[in-house]
Amino acid sequence: MFTLLGLLLTGFGLFGTKAIYEQTLGIDVNLDWGLVLLAFGVIMLYLGLRGLSRGEHLSDGGSEDQPRVGH
Amino acid sequence: MRLSWIDWTIMLLYFGFVLGIGAALKRFMKTSTDYFLAGRAIPAWICGLAFLSANLGAQEVIGMGASGAKYGIETSHFYWIGAIPAMVFVGIFMIPFYYGSRARSVPEYLRMRFDEKTRGLNAISFAVMTVFSSGISMYAMAKLIQTLHFLDVPFQKMHLPPSAIFHASILISALIVLGYILFGGLTSAIYNEVLQFFLIVAGFFPLVYLGLKNVGGWDGLKAKLPPIYTHSWQGMASPRTNLLGVEWFGLVMGLGFVLSFGYWCTDFLVIQRAMAANSMNAARRTPLIAAFPKMIFPFLVILPGIIAIGLPTQRSAAVMETGGVVVHAEPAGRGLIPVKVDELTGKPMYNEEGQPVLDYDLAIPEMLAHYFPAGLLGLGLTALLASFMSGMAGNVTAFNTVWTYDIYHAYINRAASDEHLLWMGRFATVFGIAISIAAAYLAAQFNNIMDFLQLVFAFVNAPLFATFLLGMFWKRTTGHAAFTGLLLGTAAAAVHHGLTLPLGDAPGIKGGWITVLHQYPSDMAQNFWTAIFAWSACFVITVAISLFTAPRKESDLKGLVYSLTERIREKGAWYERPAFLGVIVIALLIALNLLFK
Repeated sequence: MFTLLGLLLTGFGLFGTKAIYEQTLGIDVNLDWGLVLLAFGVIMLYLGLRGLSRGEHLSDGGSEDQPRVGH
Repeated sequence: MRLSWIDWTIMLLYFGFVLGIGAALKRFMKTSTDYFLAGRAIPAWICGLAFLSANLGAQEVIGMGASGAKYGIETSHFYWIGAIPAMVFVGIFMIPFYYGSRARSVPEYLRMRFDEKTRGLNAISFAVMTVFSSGISMYAMAKLIQTLHFLDVPFQKMHLPPSAIFHASILISALIVLGYILFGGLTSAIYNEVLQFFLIVAGFFPLVYLGLKNVGGWDGLKAKLPPIYTHSWQGMASPRTNLLGVEWFGLVMGLGFVLSFGYWCTDFLVIQRAMAANSMNAARRTPLIAAFPKMIFPFLVILPGIIAIGLPTQRSAAVMETGGVVVHAEPAGRGLIPVKVDELTGKPMYNEEGQPVLDYDLAIPEMLAHYFPAGLLGLGLTALLASFMSGMAGNVTAFNTVWTYDIYHAYINRAASDEHLLWMGRFATVFGIAISIAAAYLAAQFNNIMDFLQLVFAFVNAPLFATFLLGMFWKRTTGHAAFTGLLLGTAAAAVHHGLTLPLGDAPGIKGGWITVLHQYPSDMAQNFWTAIFAWSACFVITVAISLFTAPRKESDLKGLVYSLTERIREKGAWYERPAFLGVIVIALLIALNLLFK
């Protein structure tokens, strides 16, 4: 989701009208923050996909500190 | 506030993802444990962020921004002393009993430790509280959408009256939350809460950055405001010399001990997130992981409020709507905070001294409108809506679990199969949301949401922590004592509220409905002291009755009471050791308080 958000904001910051940035002290915040979110989104996507591919190789052995008392 | 296509696209993207998560998880919901406890399979960091996010309801963001504008940095006590010590305590000392006993809910722990009646009392009061809280979130969100006027144009185009915006907002938010919880249960709520957490950070960080840059950084802000706004402990010796209107003892005992421990250590809404963790260690680390971002949240949600009040007056005229036309009216507010407008007459409101009453709840929305251009505005608004939805969803998942396990399965249909319980959980989600809608309309008559929530917590949660503290750490505590203590503790809260009144308020919902014996300088002070009285009454009564009633056999209390439970030996890297994490959290807490003293 953040990758898409980042792409949307970056694109809008790059190609959209610049007049709206008067209220943001002249900073193209859409472009800057869009790039940050894009980077965050890509990192999360990479970690998520890596986790998924790892998960397939791990057996579901259960942890040694699972709840002690049966219900 | 006018939105452009990019703002709407961001909002729709978020709603699409939220519902998508619920739909994607539907096929994994096979048993009631999957639905209510996320199959106890969630990693610690996800549980930690959800633990924090589930608490981001109506009192967060808008409420904290409002308090930031009203009370300054002293509001951060709600995050620091009013949350962190309790989060460390629950992670290190209490989670082992909740998770280790394999109770499926907090009321169920009470049944295992005490008896059926104590569980019943807690389950019913908790269920009522969750639907109320969810309703308050829903109401606050609808009110905000109405106030921001961004749906006015689409509604005009559809030939709908402006009054329909409130009802449509309630209905749509209810349907979205229903959509993702009905199918995906707690897992869906947890993953959505993590998404909401990042969204809130993404939406508010640029706001704080721009606001601070505009006022010349923290030093610039300090120069624009009286010192009391930027010092968290200044004037705390007396209730008359600080903005909260409460002295340090009431703050530390009432907020920092009774209310905070009562909420973070016993409220199933947050504990449920830790119970969903995939191991005991992960469950214990859940509140500790949550404590790190919790400490930083004041900078995201309180600081915008302080900046809003510190800015030179620019757009501070009251906004009134007459027949769909937005007009700006005198008198001017302060900074970006407009004057409150009477909903019935459409006229600015004045207090008894003839001063205009400020609408602090608009601090954050005014900041968004002031600093965010199209694009980021959509992100900021989505972050706001996300904060309301996570609050609603957290309450709904806690409600459906307590209703199904602790009320329905315990008293109505004891022989229910697991499949039937899963069905009942889904049904409870639907009617829990329906009751929340009713509560939302009821909440419409209270103007300060946070004060009302504190009041509810004080009545129900304050005595509860005394019961848990004694139950977990004193094996002699008995079921009869716990039950009586809880009842009389709640009664003590009500009586104290009925006998006291904040200065400047009329007897009624604010207190003094029996007679006025004492007046507090502020409603905050009254709330904190109500909690202190309730807790003390419950503690003393529970100890006294325990001494005259027969305790349970020690063999029945293994895993439920501290002295009869094997200590957990911590191993692994430092970041996997709850006690070590707890020490780091407390050290950071002290550092923050010293830095902003």
